[in-house]
Amino acid sequence: MNVIPDSGATNYDIEPVLLNLGPQHPSTHGVFRIRALLDGEEVVDVEPVFGYLHRGSSKLAEERSYTQVITLTDRLDYLSGMSNNLAYVRAVEALAHVDVPERAQYLRVMMAELMRIASHLMALGFLINDLGAWITPLMHMFREREKVLDLFEMVCGARITFSYMRIGGVSHDLPPGFDAALNAFLDDFAERVAEYEALLLENEILVSRMKGIAPLSGERAIECSVTGPNLRASGVNFDLRKQAPYEAYDRMNFDVPVTQNGDNWDRMWVRLQEMKESARMTRQCMAEMPDGPTRTPADFFIRPPVGEVYSAIEATKGELGFYLVSDGTIAPYRCGIRSPSFINLTVLRELCVGWKLADLIVNFGTLDINVGEVDR
Amino acid sequence: MALFGTGAIKGLMVTLGYIRRKPFTTQYPEEKLEQSPRFRGNTFVWYEERCTGCATCAKGCPLGIIRIVTHPEPHSQVGSDYHVDVFDIDTGRCMFCALCVEVCPYDALHMGGDFEQASYGREEMVISVEDLKAMPKKPRTQFRPQMEMIGHTGDDELDEHEAGRWSL
Ligand code: SF4
Ligand code: SF4
Repeated sequence: MNVIPDSGATNYDIEPVLLNLGPQHPSTHGVFRIRALLDGEEVVDVEPVFGYLHRGSSKLAEERSYTQVITLTDRLDYLSGMSNNLAYVRAVEALAHVDVPERAQYLRVMMAELMRIASHLMALGFLINDLGAWITPLMHMFREREKVLDLFEMVCGARITFSYMRIGGVSHDLPPGFDAALNAFLDDFAERVAEYEALLLENEILVSRMKGIAPLSGERAIECSVTGPNLRASGVNFDLRKQAPYEAYDRMNFDVPVTQNGDNWDRMWVRLQEMKESARMTRQCMAEMPDGPTRTPADFFIRPPVGEVYSAIEATKGELGFYLVSDGTIAPYRCGIRSPSFINLTVLRELCVGWKLADLIVNFGTLDINVGEVDR
Repeated sequence: MALFGTGAIKGLMVTLGYIRRKPFTTQYPEEKLEQSPRFRGNTFVWYEERCTGCATCAKGCPLGIIRIVTHPEPHSQVGSDYHVDVFDIDTGRCMFCALCVEVCPYDALHMGGDFEQASYGREEMVISVEDLKAMPKKPRTQFRPQMEMIGHTGDDELDEHEAGRWSL
């Protein structure tokens, strides 16, 4: 049906409109700006503009000792500080040849998986918030994240800026009473996930807004170096936890959810399933964790031998890698960060072109970007 | 295919179930949540008697915001007793990472649990040595397993003998 009244003219002279979304826009998840060229409601071109949250983490790292840099990594992707800590200390350990005690490996896996739950909760909550289900589902998910953060507070004393991992292990062993708190959370969480599924998976508005929208093929995802849940939603079974197991992941029983379509719905669904797997792994860690030391003594001002290393982990948003160059002093000579959020943005343009403006917000939301990590 | 809208109604039933539950939120200024014993607040607890003025904490700080000036006590042996004249911690720039607490070799500096430190100017955020002396001695157990062993939760005062790995 054509709603434009027919005035007799056949050729409308339509000029594309340039629309600025952000940097202060509620749906851009931080200070992120998108310049969208619109033809009516259709997106013709998209250009992400970033740098509003640039803090120069790489440069700051060059003038701090290896242990002090851990505090900077908390602030990369501020929704998953534990994963960032882990990626960084693993790079330093590879550089300085430091071994990690077994108990610490389990603790690291446990914290990284709890962090994944918290981060995916935020990804889903804000996505549904962008879809127009204003604040209710987001608040449900915030509540669960709050409980994860309470657990982190018990272990390391902070809720966002953890600085929990240390070179050669972790900074604290579990506090008394942690088992009970964790079990209470996990029992409750299983129920809550079932509730999210009832709330979301059959909702017709969500289905029609997300199913089949902005599909990304597996080949294209690989070409653009997309990693993490976004890649697995496109049918590529690639997860560093399985392909190159680090810490205690080779002893964990878990499945990697993979879907085939690569559309918005699949990207959401993969995250929902990953949370369940993470909860399962956390439980297994708790059950199988051996006793023993949690830290190999390493100098606070450690001096790794001259050399360079690249080491990556499967962080909450994809492959997070650190490239460190040591010149034998107490500070890294170069600290490069391969951040998944930044590289996943490569596909933003092709996901959005040809779809409606309202879809752009959703496509952007399902990519699950964290601006702290994009700008570093 | 089910009738359009049944899925949304199913979701609404979940929301409806929340009517019977107690709210999860707390009304902050009136009610306060309890912090865990390891909680890193925005204050520090410092024991003058334990501190030797070695300034390891100042070196360990990633931001270099601890300033320490000392002078040797009269009649003391070299390296044993220093009097701390200045111990400024600029909490306006501090990120409460507790690295200074971790590196303190004499267990003299600890995290405190207070988090309501708003002030009207940046200058007021600098904790001076007098402030440190006057602050309540309620250390948090961050990096202090010996306190956890005696069951300290961060709410009680500890004297300088109880706070360290060994008594003075
Ligand atoms: S808590 Fe961290 S930033 Fe603050 S004074 Fe101590 S070391 Fe420095
Ligand atoms: S607080 Fe600790 S590290 Fe700092 S000067 Fe005193 S003894 Fe040394």
